[in-house]
Amino acid sequence: MSFAVPTEHYLLLSGLLFCVGVAGVATKRNPIVVFMCIEIMLNAANLGFVALGRHYGEAGGQIITMLIIAVAAGEVAIGLAIIVSLFRTRETINLDEVNLLKL
Amino acid sequence: MSEIPIAPLVWAIPGLPLIGFVLNMLWGGRIVRLFGDARGRGIVGGLATLTVFGAFAVSVVALSQLLGLDPEHRRALASLIPFAERVPWIVIGSVSVHFSALIDPLSVLMCLIVTGVGGLIHLYATGYMADDRDYPRFFAYFNLFIFAMLVLCLGESLLLMFVGWEGVGLCSYLLISFWYDDEGNARAGNKAFIVNRIGDVGFMLGMLTVLAAFGTLSFRTEAGTGVLDLAAQGRTAAGPLTVGLASLICGLLFVGACGKSAQFPLHVWLPDAMAGPTPVSALIHAATMVTAGVVMVSRMSVLFVQAPTVLLVVAAIGLFTALFAATIALTQTDIKKVLAYSTVSQLGFMFLGCGAAAFGAAMFHVTTHAFFKALLFLGAGSVIHGLSGEQDMRRMGGLRRHMKVTYWTMLIGWAAISGFPGLAGYWSKDAILGLSSGMVPAGMVFYLVGTFTAFLTGFYMTRLMAKTFWSESRTDRHGHDPHESPPSMLIPLIVLAILSVVGGWLGTPWANAFERFLEPSLPEVVVAEGHGGIPHGLGLVIGALVAIAAMATGVLAYRRAPGCELLSDAAKRSNPLYRGANALWGVDGAATAVFVRGGGRVAELISTWIDRRLIDGLVNAVAVVTGFASEIARGVQTGYVRFYVKTMLAGVLAILAYALLSAGAR
Repeated sequence: MSFAVPTEHYLLLSGLLFCVGVAGVATKRNPIVVFMCIEIMLNAANLGFVALGRHYGEAGGQIITMLIIAVAAGEVAIGLAIIVSLFRTRETINLDEVNLLKL
Repeated sequence: MSEIPIAPLVWAIPGLPLIGFVLNMLWGGRIVRLFGDARGRGIVGGLATLTVFGAFAVSVVALSQLLGLDPEHRRALASLIPFAERVPWIVIGSVSVHFSALIDPLSVLMCLIVTGVGGLIHLYATGYMADDRDYPRFFAYFNLFIFAMLVLCLGESLLLMFVGWEGVGLCSYLLISFWYDDEGNARAGNKAFIVNRIGDVGFMLGMLTVLAAFGTLSFRTEAGTGVLDLAAQGRTAAGPLTVGLASLICGLLFVGACGKSAQFPLHVWLPDAMAGPTPVSALIHAATMVTAGVVMVSRMSVLFVQAPTVLLVVAAIGLFTALFAATIALTQTDIKKVLAYSTVSQLGFMFLGCGAAAFGAAMFHVTTHAFFKALLFLGAGSVIHGLSGEQDMRRMGGLRRHMKVTYWTMLIGWAAISGFPGLAGYWSKDAILGLSSGMVPAGMVFYLVGTFTAFLTGFYMTRLMAKTFWSESRTDRHGHDPHESPPSMLIPLIVLAILSVVGGWLGTPWANAFERFLEPSLPEVVVAEGHGGIPHGLGLVIGALVAIAAMATGVLAYRRAPGCELLSDAAKRSNPLYRGANALWGVDGAATAVFVRGGGRVAELISTWIDRRLIDGLVNAVAVVTGFASEIARGVQTGYVRFYVKTMLAGVLAILAYALLSAGAR
């Protein structure tokens, strides 16, 4: 067991990945890139779940990860559809030119 | 308390008219359509009339069974729900109100008057209203009225009495504005309802005071814990009954009686109530409903005799109303208005009797008045019917030749109300006046003013007869001659005329069967007979002389008067007494100015300042502030996704920082 990677390392990696994702979401103007960053954040969370699941010897972490992967797949399908229809109506997908969420 | 065999059937007294109401209200129109106009109307009117006569029959049986008991046992409770024991209606803590009737001489007497006279008026109305568009609706309301009035008379508690009290008020409103196409009728209905409401507040407050003091609303109970049972022993639920408490209760109840029985200053609604069809005026606004106040005061008489100050006020207001209304009746030209003010005046006499603690005499006057005033109103209705709707006495005259039966019956009514010796009004009015002369302060003043009012009564009734029946005809001649009414209208007139003659014989001073019958319902009369007052024999002689003098003066004066007018138009304008009385002594005008227009002004001020400025202002201010704040806050909502993300991030970092710092601080 001495070769095993300690749980702290996983959590550290998970935190770093999350920060990368947040930075991408906050700075990128291309929604596709933003989406990829959101995926990175979700996977950071997945990593955390799996690591802690292993640490405590429980199956819950893996179950939740499965759920998150499924939800993320659905979310991507909807998100991409929104991006496509956004492009059709506005001829652009630059997030700084899209402010339809305002009243 | 005792048992009477009829008790399981007592529900039928108010129940039958209620059934008539439901049937006519729901299916009256359909019956008329199904059976054709003439037969359908016959069924509707016949049903309404028969239910009331059915109730009369049950009341007669109740009377005979009551008479079979010893006087002190003539009191029984009976359920008003068919085929059921006494059913509680409201139970709050220790207070319970039942749907049951108190059968005693007073309630049975009122049932007999209401169903007997009421039945005759129903019969009359089948003729009078024969051509009315809304025939079924009329009889439905009529039956509902009889039902409500019987609940008022029979109810074993103040609350059930109040239910009937409000019910008759509602029917009065419905029937005054029965011909609702005319705005004047609708206004008169509203006026009656609103003025009555003022009185009802008094009744309700009195009732609540009774509840607070006695812990019950029932008049009598088997256990002897009813309001009257306790009051008769001079105590309340806790402690003795003080004069102050009795005065408070009686004063409040008397305000209610003033409203319903049209006593000054709440009399203003009654003359306007003549806007309704004439049978309504006869039934509701002369014979039965308006006597409800007297009935209520008599019912609560055990309390009233313990409040001498209130009794004096009752007598004073009664006397003033009697005189005041009699003077107005002298100047009215509308035949129904004369009778309306005459009713107000006679009600004043009844309250004078109540105030003199002569409740038996007051109830006697209620009874005889029901006979002769119903007769007079129905006679007037017959005249109006014969003249195709003419009500102005200046365009009548000479009708004795055309309407023989109406004339002769009206003649009896005239003699009865004027107090002609031997007729109904003579005995009851003199009983009241004689007993009022024995009142402790100023008995003679009451007697003399009352006697003068009795003189005026004879005079204005003679004026009515002269203008309507005796003088030369002043009708418009281009129509057909005035015609006599159909038998359905004449039979009630004849029956009531007979009752107006013989009705008084029940209560002659030497054989007063009437008062002896009522005694179990009333307190011991505290006024010693003849004590300090006019002796019986002298009172009767004076009463007879005054009545004959009034009638003779009237006959002589109007025989010689040109065009049947005593005063010329110029004299009418210059005579302040005539002008005052003709202007109703300014009461209606003052009431309109103060309460209608003044009240309107106050309402307008409240509407402008409190409602529109203050309350609306506050609401609008809240809206303006909210709008302004949102205008600033909406700048935050940019619509840019990246801005939202950064805000969220900042929020998360702030929460994180707070959590870490507070954890570190611990």
